Amino acid sequence: MNRSRFDFVVGLFVAIGLLAMVFMALKVGNLASFDSGSGYALEARFDNIGGLKVRAPVKSAGVVVGRVESVGLDKETFEAVVRLRIVSDYRFSKDTIASILTSGLLGEQYVGLESGGDPVYLAQGDRVGKTQSAMILEKLISQFLFSKAAETPAKAP
Amino acid sequence: MMASIEALGRFFTSRLERLGLAARFSGAVFLVLWVSIRRATLIIRELYFSGVRSLSIIAVSGLFVGMVLAVQGYEVLQRYGSSESLGVIVALSLVRELGPVVTALLFAGRASSAVTAEIALMRATEQLAAMDMMAVDPLSRVVAPRFLAAVLSMPLLAAIFTSAGICGAWIIGVKLIGIDDGAFWSQMQANVDVRIDVLNGLLKSIVFGTAVGLISVFEGYFAVPTSEGIASATTRTVVISSLSVLLLDLVLTVMMFRGLS
Repeated sequence: MNRSRFDFVVGLFVAIGLLAMVFMALKVGNLASFDSGSGYALEARFDNIGGLKVRAPVKSAGVVVGRVESVGLDKETFEAVVRLRIVSDYRFSKDTIASILTSGLLGEQYVGLESGGDPVYLAQGDRVGKTQSAMILEKLISQFLFSKAAETPAKAP
Repeated sequence: MMASIEALGRFFTSRLERLGLAARFSGAVFLVLWVSIRRATLIIRELYFSGVRSLSIIAVSGLFVGMVLAVQGYEVLQRYGSSESLGVIVALSLVRELGPVVTALLFAGRASSAVTAEIALMRATEQLAAMDMMAVDPLSRVVAPRFLAAVLSMPLLAAIFTSAGICGAWIIGVKLIGIDDGAFWSQMQANVDVRIDVLNGLLKSIVFGTAVGLISVFEGYFAVPTSEGIASATTRTVVISSLSVLLLDLVLTVMMFRGLS
C-alpha cells in the first residue's frame, strides 16, 4: 500500500472515532440539552431534602429548567442549603415556591419551582423564600398511624 | 532449605530488576516521544496496523456486547416494571466500564501481541542492532511510533465500541422488544453525564492505551532472541496487559466514581 492510501484509511478511522465521541457526547450524554456552567444561581433552604442529590433536575411545570448545583447544611439553623443553577432563559418571580418532589412512586427526587404573581424576578444569588420540604415516607406513615390511634380510643381489655 | 530461600530471593530480585528495567525503558521512550511525533508517516503506518485493522473486531464485539446487555438488562428490569431504563443501564455500563476495558482487552489480543512479535523478531534477526550501527535510534524509529499508535487509537476504538454497543442495545430494545424510542434516548441523556461519565471513560481508555502500548513494546524489545523467546514474549504481553488493564480499571474506578452519589 502506498503512502496516500495509508493516510486515507487512517484519516477515515480517526474520523469514525471522533464521530463516535461526538455521538457519545450529544446523543448518549446531555451536552446539548444543558450546559452546567451557564445560567444563574438561586438558593433555597429546606427543613429536609430527603434524597435530593447534586445534579438532580430542577423542574417547573414538568419542564427541566436547571440542575441542583450543591447541597449543604447551614451550621447555625440546621437547614439544608440547596444551590440551584437555572438556565438564563427562564425567570421566576420573587414569590416562587420551591418544593422537593418525587417523580413517580419510587423515582428520583427533583426540585419543583412554582412561579407566583410578583412582577419582580429572582436574580443571581437570590434566595427562594417559600419552600416545601421533602415528604418522608416514615413520617407520613407514623402521622397516619397516630391519627388513626387518636380516632379510635383503645378498648379496655 | 538454603537453596529454597535462595531461589525465593532470586525470584524476587529478578522480578524487581525487570520492573526497574521497564521503568527505565518507559522513561527512555517518553524522552524520544517528541522526536517521534514529528515523523508522522511512521505513526500513521502503525495507526493503520494497530487501529484500523482492529476496527472490525471492535465494532462487531461492541454490537454484540450491547445486544447481550439489552437482552439481560430487559429481563431484570421488566420484573420491576421499569424497562424504559434499559437505555440508562446499557449506556452507563458501556461508557464507564465495558467500552474502555473490553476494548483494551481486545486490543491487547489483536494488536499488542502483533507489535511484540514484530519487535521481538526484529531483535532476533538483529535488525535493531543494524539500526544502531547506522546511527538510527531504534527507540524513536521502531518503539515510539508503535507506543504512540496504541495511545492514540485506544480512545477512538473505545468510543467506537461504546457507540456500536448502544446501537446494538437500541436494535434489541427498541426494534425487537418494543421499548419506547423516546424514553430509551431521553432517559439515557438525562442520566449520562458528559463530564463524569463520557470524559472519565475516555480518560480510562487513554490510560489503558498507555499501559498496553508500553507493555507490548517492552516485552518485544527485551524478548529473548529465540523462537521460544518470541512466543513467550507474545504470551506475556497478552497476559500482563490484560491483568494490568483490569487492575488499573479497579484503581481508576475507585478514584473516579467513588463518593459521587
